[in-house]
Amino acid sequence: MSAATHALRDNLTMLRRNLLHARRYPSLTLNLLLTPVILLLLFVYVFGNVMSAGINGGTADRSEYIAYVVPGILLMTIGGIAIGTAVSVAMDMTEGIIARFRTMAISRTSVLIGHVAGSVIQSLMALAVVLGVGVAIGFRPDATPLEWLAAAGLLVLVSVALIWLAVGMGLASPNAEGASNLAQPLMILPLLGSAFVPVDAMPGWFRWFAEYQPFSPAIETLRGLLMGTEIGTKNAVLTLAWCLGLSLLGYWWSRSLFNREPRQ
Amino acid sequence: MTTTEHELAIVATGLRKSYGDKTVLDGIDIQVPAGTIFSLLGPNGAGKTTAVNILSTLISADGGQARIAGHDLTAEAQAVRAAIGVTGQFSAVDGLITGEENMLLMADLHHLSRSEGRRVTAELLERFDLTEAAKKPASTYSGGMKRRLDIAMTLVGNPRIIFLDEPTTGLDPRSRHTMWQIIRELVSGGTTVFLTTQYLEEADELADRIAVLNGGKLVAQGSAEELKRLVSGGHVRLRFSDPVAYEQAATALRETTRDDETLTLQIPSGGSQRELRAILDWLDAAGVEADELSVHTPDLDDVFFALTGSPVPAQSTQTTAKETVR
Repeated sequence: MSAATHALRDNLTMLRRNLLHARRYPSLTLNLLLTPVILLLLFVYVFGNVMSAGINGGTADRSEYIAYVVPGILLMTIGGIAIGTAVSVAMDMTEGIIARFRTMAISRTSVLIGHVAGSVIQSLMALAVVLGVGVAIGFRPDATPLEWLAAAGLLVLVSVALIWLAVGMGLASPNAEGASNLAQPLMILPLLGSAFVPVDAMPGWFRWFAEYQPFSPAIETLRGLLMGTEIGTKNAVLTLAWCLGLSLLGYWWSRSLFNREPRQ
Repeated sequence: MTTTEHELAIVATGLRKSYGDKTVLDGIDIQVPAGTIFSLLGPNGAGKTTAVNILSTLISADGGQARIAGHDLTAEAQAVRAAIGVTGQFSAVDGLITGEENMLLMADLHHLSRSEGRRVTAELLERFDLTEAAKKPASTYSGGMKRRLDIAMTLVGNPRIIFLDEPTTGLDPRSRHTMWQIIRELVSGGTTVFLTTQYLEEADELADRIAVLNGGKLVAQGSAEELKRLVSGGHVRLRFSDPVAYEQAATALRETTRDDETLTLQIPSGGSQRELRAILDWLDAAGVEADELSVHTPDLDDVFFALTGSPVPAQSTQTTAKETVR
């Protein structure tokens, strides 16, 4: 076998290890999945009347608000899964087996790639669950098959980007609590963007941040793909740039942290 | 030296490592012929784990060179890794998955075929008496079982050289003897074993060659017999229950080593009838009576004492905080 096939096999082995962890100990994932589902139900059924008054100039009803909020909740779901990644990476690094991996003739980054691939799969499963809940309460996307495909691609891109970043956060943290704190912005940021209310409704001084931070362009793009609203070149370009940039940054950061000499 | 007849599995020259201004390894030279057991003996904090970490490619040395299985440690790290197996001081098992899954994980990382991986896993689990616990999560294993699983995982790739960092620390006496048996079997199969220990008895029991590490320096190297020859002879130990008698004896006798806590005196002696009689005569002359008199032939404890000028501090300390690696 060549070096490339060896590396591929190591990546798959590490992916299997991470999926096994997730299957044996699903509580972390379920816990993180609960937050977006509860927020979705809360915003639709409890705050729904007030929230819908904020869109379409106050003429929207509850079903229109569901259409508005589900794309934002979907991206928030990815943020939640990424927090889980940061926590499990930090926990994993305290395990003796990592030292064993470092003394074996395997592809070094396979440990990290295993975490990323495992989390992306978990993220897609979580997204399917949240989308299912959305449809159950009346979310009716009008996307064509091609738009569905693009939406899925977008969700994968965002997942990869946030999860690589989260792997770096996990490696940079001394323990699980630290990792959880460090990764918290990944779930808070959607609230500071267009997930629940349009950016136009925010105060002027804040609008600039809300518009350009990573989540809003991705939320607007997903909304456009699923609901047929206006995406705009700016949002499409910003989304791709953020995804690519964060993926590369996260990958580079994680790799250099992992290759650091183990502390003694 | 026998090194010309044997291939050298491990050759290290002038290994140095320091953290900040603390020198952990101060230029150590090691040669281990293939197929033998080498023991690095020393108290906690002597630098044993650092030496293993460097030789197993986990950390890099600040100075010096080493060749493992003929490969340069820094230039050909992956080739070194392919030849070695490491069982660190802290269990390197994945606690979240079962013992069997841990073994299959190793088989996959060694790129064994599925059937080969299953065969090796079943064989090693059987050999290390873990078949019954194979389907249980490794985190539920006892200390001895974890250590056995750890070594079983190390053996999956059939490594030619195995590093064992304090393999019996924290094990009960029975598990310790099982571990010794395992280590002997490894070497009879042609594997080279590099073992660190803080137990003199263990080095004596297992190792072909012993190097004594103290404060980052090798203070002696040789077979257990050679090391024992470094000290001239044994000693006679006198124990008192009466502090006054103890004081009297301590003043009356020359060349004694005092242990005020246990009221024990140590007098260098070869243990011959004449020497013993001389000690008894001194005691009679001083009018003191010892509660207990025992004769000790030299053991590695004495060697350690002779080499470092201090008793082995690690013998009774199992709770001392150790370095962790991440």
